[in-house]
Amino acid sequence: MVIRLAATLAIAAHLLLPQAVLADPITLSSTTSTENSGLFEHILPKFSAETGIKVRVIAVGTGQAIRIARNGDADVLLVHHRQSEETFVAEGFGVERIPVMYNDFVVLGPSDDPADVATAASALEAFQRIRDADALFASRGDDSGTHKAEKGMWQAAGIMPGARDGWYRELGAGMGATLNAAVAMGAYTLCDRATWISFTNKGAHTVVFEGDPALFNQYSVIAVNPQRHPHVNAAAADAFIKWLTSWRGQSAISGFRLHGVQLFFPNASPRG
Amino acid sequence: MSILPLELEDVTLSAGGKRLLDGVSMTIGGGRRTVILGPNGAGKSLLLRICHGLLRPDAGTVGWLGDDAADARSRQAMVFQRPVMLRRSVLANAAYGLQLKGIGRTERIARAEQALRMTGLADHAAQDARTLSVGEQQRLALARAQSLDPEVLFLDEPTASLDPGATGQIEELIGRIHGLGAAIVMTTHDLGQARRVADEVVFLHKGRVVEQSPAERFFREPTHDLSRAFLRGELLW
Amino acid sequence: MTGEEPSAFWIAIQLMAGLDAELTDIVGRSLRVSLSAVFFASLIGLPLGAAMAVYRFPGRRAAVVLLNALMGLPPVFIGLIVYLALSRSGPLGVLGLLFTPGAMIIAQTLLITPIVAALSRQIVRGLFEEYREQLCSLGAGPGQMMMTLLWDGRVMLTTAVMAGFGRAIAEVGAVFIVGGNIAYATRVMTTAISLETSKGNLALALALGMILVLMALAVNAGVALLTGAGRARGRLQ
Repeated sequence: MVIRLAATLAIAAHLLLPQAVLADPITLSSTTSTENSGLFEHILPKFSAETGIKVRVIAVGTGQAIRIARNGDADVLLVHHRQSEETFVAEGFGVERIPVMYNDFVVLGPSDDPADVATAASALEAFQRIRDADALFASRGDDSGTHKAEKGMWQAAGIMPGARDGWYRELGAGMGATLNAAVAMGAYTLCDRATWISFTNKGAHTVVFEGDPALFNQYSVIAVNPQRHPHVNAAAADAFIKWLTSWRGQSAISGFRLHGVQLFFPNASPRG
Repeated sequence: MSILPLELEDVTLSAGGKRLLDGVSMTIGGGRRTVILGPNGAGKSLLLRICHGLLRPDAGTVGWLGDDAADARSRQAMVFQRPVMLRRSVLANAAYGLQLKGIGRTERIARAEQALRMTGLADHAAQDARTLSVGEQQRLALARAQSLDPEVLFLDEPTASLDPGATGQIEELIGRIHGLGAAIVMTTHDLGQARRVADEVVFLHKGRVVEQSPAERFFREPTHDLSRAFLRGELLW
Repeated sequence: MTGEEPSAFWIAIQLMAGLDAELTDIVGRSLRVSLSAVFFASLIGLPLGAAMAVYRFPGRRAAVVLLNALMGLPPVFIGLIVYLALSRSGPLGVLGLLFTPGAMIIAQTLLITPIVAALSRQIVRGLFEEYREQLCSLGAGPGQMMMTLLWDGRVMLTTAVMAGFGRAIAEVGAVFIVGGNIAYATRVMTTAISLETSKGNLALALALGMILVLMALAVNAGVALLTGAGRARGRLQ
């Protein structure tokens, strides 16, 4: 009886407790746009090869990514919403906000472009035309970086879309799920370029508007503050950020291509 | 020390506003085969269960000889109308009662095998008990009871579900178990069976003991009208 | 659109035939997580259900209703609770279990224990009502009855356990939240399907889905073979 109990506990311990690893990995809390596009698959092995540090990536919406970092469940954060990032640091959860790379948002829509977005003079006008035409718009509605950027656009255009507006569909979903729905519904949507290029269920959708500086999309990296969460792997997190902002990390980013297209553009300032 | 005689005093049991057993008083002595006889619905099965301790009466007392109630329970065994067989081998079923008592494996198997031999089931020892016929299963139930070497064996209409051939086998086994020293308390509504088996008859009707007397006297010269009516086949319930 | 793309079926064949490294990693982890959860859920749930069937205690009816209701716990809700508990900012943060397979096992165990317990209770209760008198008569205590009934109901209980397995292997809500879907660390079949769908790789997602179904089939087939379920065991003489 005792032997059986001991055996059961041993099995339980073996199954439940995390296995010991030689070099402690770091946990990177990031967004789906960086992970799903394949960027991390391209650059992280280079980092690991150089430093021997493994990176475990959790890819969720920006809001959730920040919450995970805030709770101390990650060692480093890489997202793309400036205000949230600055708040994160100001509240003491992050050490410093360090810009790393950028790309842009694009407006996607059905190829027949019912709202005639393609000829709009600015991003603002594009959004206005969508509202004016009562054209379907799929919003992520999940407090992600993309969603906040989208809300910013409506705000700047002086529009407040809500559930009462039949054309505005708030999904509460990630970028991929939102794209699947937008394609199926024939709706317009805002998306980061990297995710769109790597998305393979494009249907008849296409980029209908791009290029406005207002659609600029900056990614920044922040180390979780070890003074707030003493258990984080601060040294490895620092090594990661150093590498990412060094010419090796930056050229790894620019060297990443999908279907021949460069998806992310490095813009870190040189660090001492 | 023996746990017999068993004394029932004024035992009453009601359900749904109806009196199922009404002031039953009787004594079960040692060394006899007592048959509780009566038409359907007389309360025979309930009375048996109260004697064995499976049911508690609403009023009245059930007393075995001696102070140890737990000990009294362990020296009785019961066989039901439909045999309850576990999903395991014939031998394992026969040994189950001993297993519950914590008897060691070697002794358990030896006693179970002996009981199987007595009931003619030794050849089936390794078989799945559920593949036996009903008659064989009932014999296995008897083997299981006998392996406990009980002082009192209760049987509730043990052959009601069996054909005449199997019935005969069961009655013969009951006789043999009695010969080995167990007191038998059996219910039946079958007159013929009562005549064959009983040393003493307790005639029950509508929850009341109508008559309790030695078998020979009951069948030859019953003292009560109801008894006579039953023997003539006029009392169906 | 569909013309030149390889069909999901063909992708599935290719992945399996080529023993794709990532696939084997994910399949292995799915099995490890869900089978472990089933193991712990059975360890807790089977005796818990049996105890609720056999023992009488105040509030039992309410407890049964509660247990049955817990079968319908939403996986994403459990995932959230376990996340909050295991988060570094949570009460059990020191264990460092979040975003590891251990957390996923915990979440799935919580998810399926009610299923195993509720079904176990139902099955054992049915057997209990059938066997109770005979087991009582043979002197079995409640604990002994529990063990006997669990063993006797083992074929039906296996189905209950497999029901738990089915729920575990198919859920994505809990393992996504507490595991994080980290490549080569906490990614399982369901989260991989979810990921590929969000990338628009619908054919690949479908292929993974087919492989998942195949996996579940294989496990069920293995269990059926082991228990000899459905095989007629030498019925008639």
